[in-house]
Amino acid sequence: MFLINCPYCGERDQQEFKAGGEAHIERPKQPTELSDDEWAEYLFMRKNIKGVQFERWNHAHGCRKWFNMARDTSNDEIKAIYKMGEKPPTQ
Amino acid sequence: MTQNLRVKSSEFIDETNRISFKFDGKTYYGFKGDTLASALIANNVHLVGRSFKYHRPRGIMTCGSEEPNAIVQVNPNSNITEPNARATEIEIYEGLEASSQNCWPSVHFDIGGINNFLAPLFPAGFYYKTFMWPKSFWEKYEFFIRHSAGLGKSPNTRDPDIYDHRNIHCDVLVVGAGISGILAAKNAAKNNFKTLLLDENNELGGSTIFETNEDNKINHNSASEWLKKEIYELKNIKNLEIKSRTSVAAYHQYNYLLARENLTDHLNKKDKKNKIRQRLLKIRAKKVILATGALERPLIFNNNDRPGIMLSSAIKKYSNFYGVACGTRNIFFTNNDSAYESALSLHNKGIKVEAIIDIRENSDAKIIKKINDAGIKIYWSHTIVDTRGYKRLSGVSIMKLSNDGTSVTGSKISISCDCLGIAGGWTPAVHLYTQSGSKLTFDEDRKIFIPKTDTKEQISVGSCGGDFELDRIITNLNYKLKNFLNIDKTDFEDIALENDHETSKRNIWLLPSDRSIGKTKSFVDYQNDATAKDIKLALREGFRSIEHVKRYTTTGMGTDQGKLGNMHALGIIADTAGVKMGELGTTTFRPPYTPLTFGTIVGRNVGEFFDTFRRTPMNDWHIKNKAEFENVGQWKRPWYYPKEDETMHQAVQRESKAARQSAGILDASTLGKIDIQGSDASEFLNRVYTNAWSKLAIGKCRYGLMLNEDGMVYDDGVTTRLGENHYIMTTTTGGAANVLGKLEDYLQTEWPELDVYLTSVTDHFATASLCGPNSKKILNKIIPDLDLSDDNFPHMSFKEVLIDKIKCRVMRISFTGELSYEINAPASYGEAIWQKCIEAGKEFNITPYGTETMHLLRAEKGFIIVGQDTDGTMTPIDLQMDWIVSKKKYDFIGKRSLYRSDTIKENRKQLVGLLTEDPNIVLEEGAQIVSELNQKPVEMLGHVTSSYFSPNLNKSIALAVVKDGKNMRGKKLFIPMENKNISVTVSNTIFFDEENKRINA
Repeated sequence: MFLINCPYCGERDQQEFKAGGEAHIERPKQPTELSDDEWAEYLFMRKNIKGVQFERWNHAHGCRKWFNMARDTSNDEIKAIYKMGEKPPTQ
Repeated sequence: MTQNLRVKSSEFIDETNRISFKFDGKTYYGFKGDTLASALIANNVHLVGRSFKYHRPRGIMTCGSEEPNAIVQVNPNSNITEPNARATEIEIYEGLEASSQNCWPSVHFDIGGINNFLAPLFPAGFYYKTFMWPKSFWEKYEFFIRHSAGLGKSPNTRDPDIYDHRNIHCDVLVVGAGISGILAAKNAAKNNFKTLLLDENNELGGSTIFETNEDNKINHNSASEWLKKEIYELKNIKNLEIKSRTSVAAYHQYNYLLARENLTDHLNKKDKKNKIRQRLLKIRAKKVILATGALERPLIFNNNDRPGIMLSSAIKKYSNFYGVACGTRNIFFTNNDSAYESALSLHNKGIKVEAIIDIRENSDAKIIKKINDAGIKIYWSHTIVDTRGYKRLSGVSIMKLSNDGTSVTGSKISISCDCLGIAGGWTPAVHLYTQSGSKLTFDEDRKIFIPKTDTKEQISVGSCGGDFELDRIITNLNYKLKNFLNIDKTDFEDIALENDHETSKRNIWLLPSDRSIGKTKSFVDYQNDATAKDIKLALREGFRSIEHVKRYTTTGMGTDQGKLGNMHALGIIADTAGVKMGELGTTTFRPPYTPLTFGTIVGRNVGEFFDTFRRTPMNDWHIKNKAEFENVGQWKRPWYYPKEDETMHQAVQRESKAARQSAGILDASTLGKIDIQGSDASEFLNRVYTNAWSKLAIGKCRYGLMLNEDGMVYDDGVTTRLGENHYIMTTTTGGAANVLGKLEDYLQTEWPELDVYLTSVTDHFATASLCGPNSKKILNKIIPDLDLSDDNFPHMSFKEVLIDKIKCRVMRISFTGELSYEINAPASYGEAIWQKCIEAGKEFNITPYGTETMHLLRAEKGFIIVGQDTDGTMTPIDLQMDWIVSKKKYDFIGKRSLYRSDTIKENRKQLVGLLTEDPNIVLEEGAQIVSELNQKPVEMLGHVTSSYFSPNLNKSIALAVVKDGKNMRGKKLFIPMENKNISVTVSNTIFFDEENKRINA
């Protein structure tokens, strides 16, 4: 059970949050211009890596805000939490 | 043959408080403070159970939660009996009843014991190998196998006890109240850390508290006396909460731990009453100090499982703590010095120790001299090759070990005894440490897995950290605590320590016998009867991974989770396969550390508190009017309202007719309602719905279909434009929360530039849906001032009105195809408005109807229910709802997916209507549809999604999804059922009032 530092509310128990999959996948601005393959890339393809992964989380039972998290999937260490629209930490 | 083996009064046992209890139907006596195990041993009862596979007689082996054998059924004659309880953990109380498990007819004469003699027929993997052939026979075998398997009996009525949960936040959590735990907790609390100290036993102090070895001294006092003073002082320390009888079950990430606090299990029946039995503590600690100690290892030799063979440390605790002798003629068998302490302790109490058998060549520890002085014979470099006695140990045979330890030499010596203490060294209890995600490292020299790293949030101290000797424990504890708590000094830096040191080591995972391994039974996992032979067989058969060997042989898979023998299993695998133990790794330690009752896990969340549920403001009316309820998400919705003896079918038929012939009323309060405001609200709706919204006039309503980005239908509902920048969206009852979440997601992450605010108002409004040709007349009686003409208030429009000065929103929308109005009132006036509708409707025989009738009426009109007629694989095109998909809009959620190669395929499953040849046959929802009856294998074309008998059409109707259904209109298909094939014809999805006239009737 993670202890997640919501950027708006502070540290809260994981059960207040919902995981929302990989972060930094922007919805294409002009979907109609995309080929089936390009659209499928956006729609279906997600990374599942062992190591630091960038994820979206939602404080669903709290402020309802979405934010990003850099989490090491091998040991569940939360490396960083940052707001939507912010750049991922480089390290 | 009851015999009193109480040797000496113990300060931990209250001999003035004599307690009677029953075991296997016979009455015995013990004292307050005894466990079931210590009380049975005091009565010279060692045989307490039978092993799982071979039904071998088994006795009490340990004195703690690691017990593999003494697994008993508590309250065996009660409906609320508890299986698999460890006799070593049950504190006795007046009236306690317990019995042996896994034996029939009794533990003394067990039919299953024959398996022991048939053992050569039951190698590892026996069931896998034997009952696979012929394949079809498995079902026949299974019945018998299942019957003979399993340990205890489950209770068969509701658990009457009360359980509880509690959240705890603390600065420092200390797990284990042995000497390290106590000192750590004391220093943490004194340095202003809010500290919680937990221990699974009823007394604090771990094994030090009953230590009698004179060579272990703190400040020139015996270690136990010194510790008792420290424990006494704990009571006066602020910031320190202590919980005994509390076992930590799980250690999750971020220092989140679950512990079970046992509150009443040790009390007699009268005192238990109305009290919370067990409490689950959910602990979030800033820092965790693990002081969980170590478990003594057995030794693995031939027939090492007879009743009377126990861990050396357990024998010591029984004598020192409980004042009970485990036998009258004792032998110890060891590979280290600790058995000598046990032996000396017994000797000093006047309990006879016949001999000590040591696999080492010698030891120069101080205690050896004392043993010699006591006249106890030591057999150096010897091993036990066999034991005797079926229901109780009667003797052992020993032989000299070869230099390399792989064989025995010389002649056999036979020694009689009734109790054998085995001491195979110590395994740090690292279970919780590894559960937390931390890694172990293998100490080749000492043959132990120890914690690899301490962190800022967690340390392991004392023997669970690999420190076994007093001076090392205290010195390391000082060092670690100062760093961990960031303090300059601890309380016990200047104490004087004296203790013996162990210098001589010899470890042999599997001890040799004069018989070949095939003819020995050297148990590694006592509870599951896994022997060294089984492990070697698994390796011969090609298993390599420790996890595979474990599952194949069932080593470590009992209720004790291999706390005793897992290290030996690893050692035997490493030796046999010729690899290093460190490279082999360990099996995963999974929570819970000791079994939890279901009661503790669920706490108060039972019965009506099992799940939260939501009621509409009209709920009391529904109950008064005898509604049957249906669960929709968390909502309790009226399903139908039976009159007197009506069946569900009769009630639904009556309600459905009434709604079309005169007037019906439905509680629609549960539909999700989302208030949407902001200058970009129209643009937002354009992007989330498939159809266009910009041109919707204020005061008008529109049906919308929402897709997932993959193009599949996600939700639907009517949205009303209340103002220029103000809409109210309705969603399906079950989808409300998810829709809000999804919309928020897009707003916050994809379109943050949009000025839109979403608020869930589902609970703020109660909705009464009036339907039927007389609904207009009823509404007119309620709101006489409102012009209900089609010109002023047409279909798909909205009016804000006052009903008895209460501001209500009325929408003229319809889910039944009838003229219909939805009155949305503030929730607190919901029942009043409902009541008003009922009163006004009396002259029209207004009929309340539930969800079932609503479903039937909409099916007559071919309206879909998202989640019933769709399942996340249906596009709007599949639903034949092309009309709602805007061609003009550049983009909306899911648009691009509607022309992916897969979604434009012609022969996708599509929504169609089905009419049965015999109009009286109602299809089963979920039934499969085929076109050919004699084809093998038959192609499944689809399935029935909705099916009803329509009273308004007087025939059966159904909706179904069928492959290429669009092109099948008029085609005959079949629904093969268990004993008949039903012929159906594919039809239009709209069965009733195809021209939509009734909406304006």
